[in-house]
Amino acid sequence: MKINLRSSRKRSKLKVWEIIVGGGIATTIVFPIYWMIITGLRPQTETFSPTPKLIPTITLDHYKEVLEEGTVLQGLWNSIVVATSSTVLALILGVPAAYVLARWEFKRKSDLWFWIISNRFISPIVVVLPFFLIAINLQLVDTYWVMIIIYQTFAIPFVVWLSVDQFRAIPKEIDEAAAVDGASIIKTFLKIDLPLVFPSLSVSAVLIFVACWNELLFAQILTRSEAITGPVVALGYMSGYDIRWGPMMATSTLVVLPIILFTAALSRNLVRGLAMGAIK
Amino acid sequence: MKIEKVKQPKLPTSARLLLYPSVIALFIIGIFPLLFAVWVSTRQYQLSKAYEPKTFLGLDNYITVLTSPEFWVALRITFTFLIIALPLQLIMGTLIAVYIYNLKSPSLSSLLRVILVLPIAVTPTITGLLGRLIFNSEFGIINYFLSFIGIQPVQWLADQRAAFIAIIILDTWQWTPFAALVLIASLMVIPPQVLEAGKLDAGTGFNLFRYMQFPFLLPGFTALLILRTADILKMYDTVYAFSKGGPGVATELVSLYINRIGFGKTFDIGLGSAQAILLLIICIGLSRAYIKIFYREIQV
Repeated sequence: MKINLRSSRKRSKLKVWEIIVGGGIATTIVFPIYWMIITGLRPQTETFSPTPKLIPTITLDHYKEVLEEGTVLQGLWNSIVVATSSTVLALILGVPAAYVLARWEFKRKSDLWFWIISNRFISPIVVVLPFFLIAINLQLVDTYWVMIIIYQTFAIPFVVWLSVDQFRAIPKEIDEAAAVDGASIIKTFLKIDLPLVFPSLSVSAVLIFVACWNELLFAQILTRSEAITGPVVALGYMSGYDIRWGPMMATSTLVVLPIILFTAALSRNLVRGLAMGAIK
Repeated sequence: MKIEKVKQPKLPTSARLLLYPSVIALFIIGIFPLLFAVWVSTRQYQLSKAYEPKTFLGLDNYITVLTSPEFWVALRITFTFLIIALPLQLIMGTLIAVYIYNLKSPSLSSLLRVILVLPIAVTPTITGLLGRLIFNSEFGIINYFLSFIGIQPVQWLADQRAAFIAIIILDTWQWTPFAALVLIASLMVIPPQVLEAGKLDAGTGFNLFRYMQFPFLLPGFTALLILRTADILKMYDTVYAFSKGGPGVATELVSLYINRIGFGKTFDIGLGSAQAILLLIICIGLSRAYIKIFYREIQV
């Protein structure tokens, strides 16, 4: 009933309990990320200390080691190439389809729509088994191609789902006016609707990029060394009995930090996208 | 998703040009491999014995899967995980959402909302690796904190129950903030006048929440229920990086189990495919049920 008192009083100052709760939430979320970063920056002996030190002794040794090894840089570069190409391809294929789904009624549209969204439920392990056999036969294992293609299995449905919503937000009358003026469907799409959804497409692009960047199972099974991606490289530190925590966390930081900053900067718009238009 | 009952003319050719590329692409990369998987699942197909003939087995692989306890154990572990983690995340997410929504300080509330976004972006593989670091039984910070309240060091990776609790904690750390953000967005939709009027009728505190805010949260709950169920059924990365399904099979979710059969020691892709097809049937059934139950309610 404290809430009762609070809202009937003057609305201004933060209550002590509010600050404590807020601090608790923030610490719980941020602390593990902080711990990852400092474990990558401190000497390994300090990591093993039975009484953990909250403020680390800083050394760049692990980063030096990691960057000299080369696999990490290769992995990050591969991640950039694969995630960017997958995102671009998914947008090129998915956005026009979303436009048609948002604007036109046709036979079996609901079935098509259902098929596209039910892709979200399909476990990647179901997809990767046959894909692996096909990729072996076509000698596509450990290439960018196979990664970009298999990422479309989740990227296209994701784009369609997000973009249908974005096109629906544009009044239909605009299209009708264009049709009266004699513009073709494709022209209306390219010249009128596409520019209007462009800002929200950047949100879709970021979400798909992050999903590709973070993906593990496909990359683990379909890459070996040439096309190995960031998460697989990070996972590599798990093998053997002596885990090299420093280099492992330095690599983890390199994989995670860029996208954390990226998403934090766009946080407001992303949440809506992630909720997949369920909230209007 | 409003579907008009009026008969629609055929789709114009140029609209088809826009629609078909992605439909065809999805068909080729989605349906074709699946049919191949069905074919493989009826064979004796082990990559470790590549030179042996791939004899036709009929439904033998399926019978093996359905009669061996391992598959059911993996499913049971997955659904136990779902039944514990999902309500936990929804309840905590609701509490955080209501707390942030009611904050009178705009700067604190927007700061917290940016912080809530952070775990969502963390690569799940890295969440698992980070879990290994902080749950380490010798120098992990969790055991250190637990020692303050007199708890003996927990063998997080060696004890079956502890490992299961740890993966729930990791998933909850990563996805409760997402739940909170979605629910805050739902609360933001309530028009201020409606809320003021509601305060007069329902009073404040719990009643206000129950009668005024809760109905607005329902679409958010539905979205979270669907998305998180799908994600948990697919879950692989975090757990693989954290425990590889161990100790024993304590944290071996169904994706990890199928992965072990299909790509592990025996490379039994035939058996793995049969398992994958069965999992697919379960997923499709569940998604149909979910979308039928919930989406209708939202759309009407």
